[in-house]
Amino acid sequence: MSTPDPWAALRRTTQARIGLGRAGNSLPTRRVLEFATAHAAARDAVHEPLDVEAVSAQVAELGLGEPVVLTSRAETRGDYLRRPDLGRQPASLEPLAGCEQGADVALVLADGLSSRAVADHGAALLGALAKALDGRRIAPPVLATQARVALGDHVGEALGARFVVVVIGERPGLSVADSLGVYLTMHPRPGRADSERNCISNVHPPDGLTYESAARVAAALVVGADELGRSGVDLKDRSGTELAG
Amino acid sequence: MPIRRQSVAGTTYAFDGLVEVMARATPLRSGDQLAGCAAESDAERAAAAWVLADLPLTTFLDEQVVPAEDDEVTRLILERHDAEAFAPVAHLTVGDLRDHLLEVATTPGAASTYAALAPGLTPEMVAAVSKIMRNQDLVLVAGAAEVRAGFRTTIGLPGRIATRLQPNHPTDDAAGIAAATLDGLLMGCGDAVIGINPATDSPRTTADLLHLLDDMRQRYEIPMQSCVLSHVTTTVDLIEQGAPVDLVFQSIAGTQAANRGFGVTVPMLLEANEAGRSLQRGTVGDNVFYLETGQGSALSADAHLGTGGKPVDQQTLETRAYGLARVLEPLLINTVVGFIGPEYLYDGKQIIRAGLEDHFCGKLLGLPMGVDVCYTNHAEADSDDMDVLLTLLGVAGAAFVIAVPGADDVMLGYQSLSFHDALYVRQVLGLRPAPEFEAWLAGLGMADADGRVLAVDLEASPLLGIASGGRP
Repeated sequence: MSTPDPWAALRRTTQARIGLGRAGNSLPTRRVLEFATAHAAARDAVHEPLDVEAVSAQVAELGLGEPVVLTSRAETRGDYLRRPDLGRQPASLEPLAGCEQGADVALVLADGLSSRAVADHGAALLGALAKALDGRRIAPPVLATQARVALGDHVGEALGARFVVVVIGERPGLSVADSLGVYLTMHPRPGRADSERNCISNVHPPDGLTYESAARVAAALVVGADELGRSGVDLKDRSGTELAG
Repeated sequence: MPIRRQSVAGTTYAFDGLVEVMARATPLRSGDQLAGCAAESDAERAAAAWVLADLPLTTFLDEQVVPAEDDEVTRLILERHDAEAFAPVAHLTVGDLRDHLLEVATTPGAASTYAALAPGLTPEMVAAVSKIMRNQDLVLVAGAAEVRAGFRTTIGLPGRIATRLQPNHPTDDAAGIAAATLDGLLMGCGDAVIGINPATDSPRTTADLLHLLDDMRQRYEIPMQSCVLSHVTTTVDLIEQGAPVDLVFQSIAGTQAANRGFGVTVPMLLEANEAGRSLQRGTVGDNVFYLETGQGSALSADAHLGTGGKPVDQQTLETRAYGLARVLEPLLINTVVGFIGPEYLYDGKQIIRAGLEDHFCGKLLGLPMGVDVCYTNHAEADSDDMDVLLTLLGVAGAAFVIAVPGADDVMLGYQSLSFHDALYVRQVLGLRPAPEFEAWLAGLGMADADGRVLAVDLEASPLLGIASGGRP
């Protein structure tokens, strides 16, 4: 006969690591290993390089054109983490030279702080975005490594796109290491402030927001920004989509 | 200051102005590299340390790192400087001050000597001396200093270390917060404050959470103070509406421009202090402010430029925040040392160094200094680094540390200390909780005569009713 854990009912109220027990004054072995495992997964998500070939192949299958691969000025992961300024700038925009100008929306898939999120959810979310934006001219997708959100401003400007939508790996937490964020910026150009963007975060089905919900919000934001003439803090999501996971 | 030159290993380095000397002499950290003010090489850093050690302390009264005409924090620092307290060290250089502080640490009246000196030191002097001190110096001097503050518990007594119990929840769910609070109380935490970072800055939520904690405090007669870490303007409005506000919280930084980014000014903070004190809710003291700071906050707000438009190093700016803080006579102040990310403090070594610097500088300036011993998943740091920093801070006599269930803050997405870590440092260094809180624990059979927190079965606990908190 096993004794029911008296903390079980309380654990239903919070994800916090409550009622862990004690080995003397310290954490029991099982709890120490659980924590170390979660931290290891989060660190791997940050440090594992994005498998560009595999993700490119997935994105190519979406029928949006052959993906263009860019990298930022941060050459190593260490540079990327230490120098956010370098991660915001493309090493070269040359690969975009042959692309057609003047799309409505440029899509950028960036590794950000979680290559795992991009590998697990990136192509599927791009597909959902393209579907939700049906009827708009979408530029060939861009895959960017060692990239931060503002790198998309350079891409959007180079492509002459009215919007840039950057899909990027979010900073891993101990419980979720594969979450994507979506950042929408109207009239992208280098120097745009964060307050001029709209963000949809926590995209990681099945626990987080679904691809379709995130895409629906993004499409609604595009409509709203066209009406308002700008993206950013003055633009509110009126799609009615429930954002809470 | 004229251009200073110093040769190291056959190369002569030139430093143009106080801002540059301070930055180049700072132990390596990523935030200064990002700002473009770090030394280019270890030799340049060593050369700058020689120059800094030779500067008379009076230099810091004549030359400002952030111009007074542009910055109210500088003006406040200069206005509050106590020439009489400064007199005993007025003839010293920065290097002499280090030697003096270490000498004092060996004397019986060390704590009162430091306390008498504090109003005579400016934050920039303290930052400067910390840059040429090794980690052991920072521990030794801070360990010999004493700073007390009080509200319903006494903070900063020798032989004790308090904890902020941080029961955050991603949706501010009352039952979830109550469950995490119960977990912490059963582990003997919460004697510095039970402090919630709300998920939103809504005044309604803040008020609800204040009532949740205050009802708990009264029902179980806990000698504690509560705090919901909303913006200072939200808290002041709630004071006017009669909400049960114990502590007034605000994040602050070392420049006027960075504080503007936080939406605060010096007069606003002084008024908030008066508003908090007017409630007279403290029993053993009337320190009502709870402040948080952190190296890199000015740079992240692009508010880090000083004299001559040059970037000021993040540790000097952090110490200037303590210059502002001490005017507010807080109950608690802590640096959130590893929270801001690897672009400011890259790895465990940099986080540990910064934690010791911040603790030393705050304490020497007369603040009841605590530390959020913490890191994020993209920093090169882990629990082992936190163990080292916690142990060092325990030796250095930190007033308090922050503790969350299992070291995992599920709202803010970073790792701080666990309640177990607090028990560890108390055990290994023979430290006890705040006396009023310890007596309460003992009264409920949760601590022994030496202040050691006993293992308690949840269902047999006299506090079990807390778990239904928020659900009438």
